[in-house]
Amino acid sequence: MDFTLTKEQAMFKKMIHDFTENEIRPIAADTDLTGDYPAETMDKLFDLGIMGMTVPKEYGGAGADGFMSAIAIEEISKVCASTGDIVAGHNGLCVAPILKHGTEEQKQKYLPRLCGKGRKSVGGFCLTEPNAGSDASKCTTVAKLEGDHYVLNGAKIFITSGSEAEVFVVMAMTDPSKGTKGISAFIVENTFPGFSVGKHEEKMGLHGSHTTEIVFTDCIVPKENMLGKEGKGFSLALGSLDGGRIGIAAQSLGIAEGAWNECKEYINSRVQFGKPIAKFQNTQFVMADLYTEIEAARLLLYNACAKQARGERFTVEAAMAKLTCSELAMKATTKCLQFFGGYGYTRDFPMERMMRDAKITEIYEGTSEIQRVVISSNVL
Amino acid sequence: MKIIVCQKQVPDTSGKVAVNPDGTLNRASMMTITNPDDMNAVEAALKIKDATGCKVIVISMGPPPAEGMLREALAMGADEAILVSGREFGGSDTYATSQILAAAITEIGLDPDDLVICGRQAIDGDTAQVGPQIAEKINVPQISYAADIKLDADGTVTVQRMLEDGFMMIQTHTPCLLTCIKELNKPRYMSVEGIMASYSKPYQVFDYERLKDSPLIDPTTIGLKGSPTNILKSFTPPLKGAGMMLEGNGRETCDKLVGILAEKHII
Repeated sequence: MDFTLTKEQAMFKKMIHDFTENEIRPIAADTDLTGDYPAETMDKLFDLGIMGMTVPKEYGGAGADGFMSAIAIEEISKVCASTGDIVAGHNGLCVAPILKHGTEEQKQKYLPRLCGKGRKSVGGFCLTEPNAGSDASKCTTVAKLEGDHYVLNGAKIFITSGSEAEVFVVMAMTDPSKGTKGISAFIVENTFPGFSVGKHEEKMGLHGSHTTEIVFTDCIVPKENMLGKEGKGFSLALGSLDGGRIGIAAQSLGIAEGAWNECKEYINSRVQFGKPIAKFQNTQFVMADLYTEIEAARLLLYNACAKQARGERFTVEAAMAKLTCSELAMKATTKCLQFFGGYGYTRDFPMERMMRDAKITEIYEGTSEIQRVVISSNVL
Repeated sequence: MKIIVCQKQVPDTSGKVAVNPDGTLNRASMMTITNPDDMNAVEAALKIKDATGCKVIVISMGPPPAEGMLREALAMGADEAILVSGREFGGSDTYATSQILAAAITEIGLDPDDLVICGRQAIDGDTAQVGPQIAEKINVPQISYAADIKLDADGTVTVQRMLEDGFMMIQTHTPCLLTCIKELNKPRYMSVEGIMASYSKPYQVFDYERLKDSPLIDPTTIGLKGSPTNILKSFTPPLKGAGMMLEGNGRETCDKLVGILAEKHII
């Protein structure tokens, strides 16, 4: 298998690398410290065409492939996982399902603004509820058809970009008697009556990516905003998560590589016992192992991207990539921080931020345990 | 209206600089970038394109790998790219280079409302000669060191030149050639849409055959043979010594300064 980047992909990687170094690196530490949403960066990412980049030209996108979206998230997350998270959530969990399951009218109406044409709307995805986490089938948000609209009632939690997003893909129960087959998906705008943003979560990391509760109180959603067929919401959500996992795998890989890069610079300049600590065999072996594991994780991720691009089922590949990349992000940040000693624990260096940001990758978009469930249930 | 932008691929001096035994740069072993000032030239052209809808053509003389740089300019928003490339052109100094680029620009054709924009100078040679020499050879007015460009609908071009000790405002008329400095603008990034389109935009190679009938092209005026410049020696100049700061505004400080200058036999 050949994962050599095409000329366009290589050019894109160079562009997003330059953009990240010049525009994101200088504010990454501050974004974490203040917890401010990187609005200016998101504005620039819309202008560059990163947001909604896989959308075809006729709907306002650039017609890029999923590989390029993964490269974007990976490059950005090397420096700022918060920004990478916002892009991953937008492209993987809101744009992708609308592109895949939307009617022509829905695509015409929502995709251009999700690509920043006319209006720049960040997208969100509402699945998780207080009692429906890994067991997403226990969804209690209900959608009742009343004439020409549905009335949604319930609350969703841990919604990425909840306070900034303007377009959400929301899972709600249209027929509670049918279990998961009673769940349907809807496109909900933040301006619909009865939509409100609830609690803002105080998190360990990813401070620049805001996570909130979304509350639906007799929220009026036009009938034509049902996404996909009635009762197919659960499989739509699971399908979206397959694609979303590629995004989070890319984010995780970026965090691991970012930590490794920072560490490489530090160990070559930090002198102890009369020589740079990069000259000690322990340092060399740990760095060599991490370098190898990063490359292995990348191949898993690129393989999942390639299967997705070929239109094949990639559930297991996405789960394997997400599991491997996210556990590597945690391992790489922990091991790299160790080389920084006490400095690594301070905010003078980005290592502690990277380590805090890494932890969530083992949890969201399906925990590591859920990835193992997905993999084993498909291969055993 | 169209704008022709001249670009040069140069060694990335932020990486390792390799020098051949004869003192010339070992370009093959170094990473390359688009000459920074030329990026400002592209941006200047694209800004005018944004405002007027004019066509932007990027042109470069160099070996075939320079295509990558030209494709990047297409991804930024330029419409067409031309690579001037041929063995006969190799080894050209600034005189011969401007001779060849002038021939290429003449081959494209310069209309009364057209502009040619170059970067001020390349970071490898630092001569700042190619732009002005092209202007002489295509016989159009030139304004160098542009820090601000205003283009009126009637073709009046007003440029603020940045000099070491101040600014100079100069006005001319199209067609003309401008050279840009980095203070002019902040070059845009390639866009995703631009990248996706970059390999399907018009791209041509002008070789020796294509340009040989131009009166500017003559074996004695191009390539190594046509280059009047000879490199005798290449060396790193010695660093200047550290400066010395004398603080205070009283007579004592002045006396101290006079003392030091006298001691060094400067006064």
